[in-house]
Amino acid sequence: MTMQKTRNFCIIAHIDHGKSTLADRLLQFTNTVSDREMQDQLLDNMDLERERGITIKSHAIQMKYNYKGEEYTLNLIDTPGHVDFSYEVSRSIAACEGALLIVDASQGIEAQTISNLYLAIGQDLEIIPVLNKIDLPGADPEVVADEVIDLIGCDREDIILASGKEGLGIEDILNAVVERIPAPKGEVDAPLQAMIFDSVYNPFRGVEVIFRIFNGTINKGDKIKFVNTGKEYDADEIGILGINQIPQQTLAAGNVGYLISGIKVAKEVKVGDTITHVKNPCQTAIKGFENVKPMVFAGIYPVDTTEFEELRASMEKLQLNDASLVWEPETSAALGFGFRCGFLGMLHMEIIQERLEREFDMTVITTVPSVQFRALMNNGEYKTINAPSDMPDPNLFKHIEEPFVKATIITAAEYVGPVIQLCMEKRGQIKNQVYLTSERVELSFDMPLAEIVFDFFDKLKTISRGYASLDYELIGAQASHMVRLDVMLNGEVVDALSAIVHRDKAYEWGKRLCEKLKELVPRQMFEIAIQAAIGTKIIARETVKALRKNVLAKCYGGDISRKRKLLEKQKKGKKRMRQVGNVEVPQEAFMAVLKLD
Amino acid sequence: MTEALIAEIVHRKDALQKDPLIRTIYFGGGTPSLLSTKAIERILNTIHQHYPVSLEECTLEANPDDITLDKLQEFKSLGIDRLSIGIQSFQEHVLKFYNRAHSAQESLLAVKKSQDAGFEKLSIDLMYGFPHSDHNIWHQDLASALEINPGHISSYCLTIEPKTALAKWTQTGKFEEAEEGFVQEQMQHLIEATEKAGYEQYEISNFAIPGKEAIHNSNYWRGHSYLGIGPSAHSFDGNKRWSTVSNNNKYIRSIQAGDFSVQEENLEPVDILNEYVLTSLRTSWGTDLQKIQSEFGIHLVEEKKSLIAQLQGEGMIFVDSEHLRLSKKGKFLADSIASALFIDYL
Repeated sequence: MTMQKTRNFCIIAHIDHGKSTLADRLLQFTNTVSDREMQDQLLDNMDLERERGITIKSHAIQMKYNYKGEEYTLNLIDTPGHVDFSYEVSRSIAACEGALLIVDASQGIEAQTISNLYLAIGQDLEIIPVLNKIDLPGADPEVVADEVIDLIGCDREDIILASGKEGLGIEDILNAVVERIPAPKGEVDAPLQAMIFDSVYNPFRGVEVIFRIFNGTINKGDKIKFVNTGKEYDADEIGILGINQIPQQTLAAGNVGYLISGIKVAKEVKVGDTITHVKNPCQTAIKGFENVKPMVFAGIYPVDTTEFEELRASMEKLQLNDASLVWEPETSAALGFGFRCGFLGMLHMEIIQERLEREFDMTVITTVPSVQFRALMNNGEYKTINAPSDMPDPNLFKHIEEPFVKATIITAAEYVGPVIQLCMEKRGQIKNQVYLTSERVELSFDMPLAEIVFDFFDKLKTISRGYASLDYELIGAQASHMVRLDVMLNGEVVDALSAIVHRDKAYEWGKRLCEKLKELVPRQMFEIAIQAAIGTKIIARETVKALRKNVLAKCYGGDISRKRKLLEKQKKGKKRMRQVGNVEVPQEAFMAVLKLD
Repeated sequence: MTEALIAEIVHRKDALQKDPLIRTIYFGGGTPSLLSTKAIERILNTIHQHYPVSLEECTLEANPDDITLDKLQEFKSLGIDRLSIGIQSFQEHVLKFYNRAHSAQESLLAVKKSQDAGFEKLSIDLMYGFPHSDHNIWHQDLASALEINPGHISSYCLTIEPKTALAKWTQTGKFEEAEEGFVQEQMQHLIEATEKAGYEQYEISNFAIPGKEAIHNSNYWRGHSYLGIGPSAHSFDGNKRWSTVSNNNKYIRSIQAGDFSVQEENLEPVDILNEYVLTSLRTSWGTDLQKIQSEFGIHLVEEKKSLIAQLQGEGMIFVDSEHLRLSKKGKFLADSIASALFIDYL
């Protein structure tokens, strides 16, 4: 294999634009997999990914393609399609020389696609535009082609028409990959410089590191080190990724491969890190490395308080293969022992919650998600706030800062009004408005991240009837008037329901939360006062009236047993509730915040 | 049926090992007043023959429409000293709704006849919680009842049991259940009016002039053992509970075939304790804390310290060294309080 006959490329596509099906067709066409081996959406091999239609973790696969009598090696590097994983996307893109831009011929380009496209253009990738699903009755290749031309400045002839479902245009795509994407550059004899762009946790073999070699050569058995973590390993096994792993003795510059070196903990493998030799290391690390930081924080508690240790064990196992999940123990008066967790975003949070349920059979309560605030203290120092309980006394700080993002939204022209209104409600400031076509508009806002992570995307989808896509990137922290809003039940603060909210929204928030809780907290023997408070100031109140009367039927010899069983059953139902002072609170109440509309 | 009842009485003569003495007899569960006096006599004789008996009370349930003065006098001569008359209401349309065969006039007469026949212990059943537009009907019913002064009133709130016609009507919207507050006001009125007339609410649903309480029913609430004879009868021997088949024909057939098998339910000590708490709480004498301590080894007040303090604070219960009792306020929530006081493990 020579570098001249190698092509490294990725696929940029919006969810549902048919990336997985198209990738399957490429693998079939090049006989990388036989039809018999073919599973639908082969690249997405986690259940969860398949159901959500999102590639959560990226993988790579190598194909051999005979082009004009010569065999080429094509490395397809898969990329995650959700904004929660944008750093990983950027590293996958950095491992390629070219990208297929796949656009649904009936839908047009979406915000996430554009942001990934810009990442690719920024890395000087050759872009091959592909209009997919041209077989669909709703396809409008002419209009969508115009959009693509506007966006990347290509010629109309450069756009390939394809249908993953029907297998149309597959050969054109493969030929274009060979013809248009440049061969990798690099020196085989230089010191080893390879970039980690992914890792896969294998419970038997340890972490499998997926990398792209930019310079040098790696051999089986080499002593290697990861530049950013400084850790050294033996390259026990190296190889290329076909449909299965294919071990090799040596891999050289330009190629993509995997490495197994007995790494037990996912945390040691950081996407973007550089692999080099212990002896004769490369002079510089590959640019662009970042430590992935959690953006959303929430408490996770076992529904059954006795299952704390089980939850800990499950979280530890999850962390083995998901290094981006961070957590530390946290105690709540209402919920007992649990964990404060940091997630890449709301999707990541949902995935963790689902994996805990599916893979570990743990039912958990997740508390109000929050972003990371920081307080500028009177002494000039910053204090990080990951949870409402971290919020310092208002006398002790000058102000609170919250993370802001630049949010890009692409929607149909008719929804511009409602979208702008929604963004304003979410404390956004409009920065730009561009008509991509006469029908499609790109809007840019500066917005607090806290407003985005919550229910923003759902609302956006609703007001635009699904015709809006969203992307965002952090642009730094700004001072905001944030307050801690507490909820009290009969005077007792329910710590698990506290939230950090903007002062202007605190009243509305408090009112709606009290109303929601009133629906969820069942009537009990005593009256229950539900109050929302900022500090000592009560800003909202609802009352759950006391039960007035049981159904007190007769109770003679034949009734006793039935009656006892009925009351036992009622009592058992109450056991699933959490006790806050003298109030029994059902599990759903702790999630109430997520359901405010 | 009488033969089957007699056969079962004989068969179960050793069923109550712990406390075999028969102190009360209760002919209940529907329309025992339909039994001939001959049949009642034979049943009573069989009991006297096979069981140790020291009778303190012998009750018969009667429907107003099959009471005659002659019959009443015969009952009396057989040793029946207490009558429980299922009046339910003094309103014709309510009676019709409940599908009762008797009329309001018959009800009044039945009580009068019973009093004339010399029954000193009389009880009438009254139903409330009917979704009337106001409380007038209930107030009238209660006033009528207190005017004839039976000495004992059992009063139940209309409840919609699953798989009944009423449940179906409720589902289809033909019947609308009364609101909780409305029913609560009726119960409140019941308690006040009976109290004014000198009745004591000695159990949630039972009101009596002191000395006229039902001894038989009170034993259920004290956790004593009892033996039920006949279809769908429940028994409790202090450890286990059993019941017979509920279908009359099936019952008779199996007894004829010599099959006395029953549906048995084994009660753990904790079940017996919780049942005792549940039933005794409903009474005016309350839950006997010493009994719980000596029979179950549990110091209930200590065990449920914070709950009891809270209930006391809300004025729902009274506790002294011997008993735990519900206050007037607590009685409305007897079930909630009982279930909160339930012990999980012994």
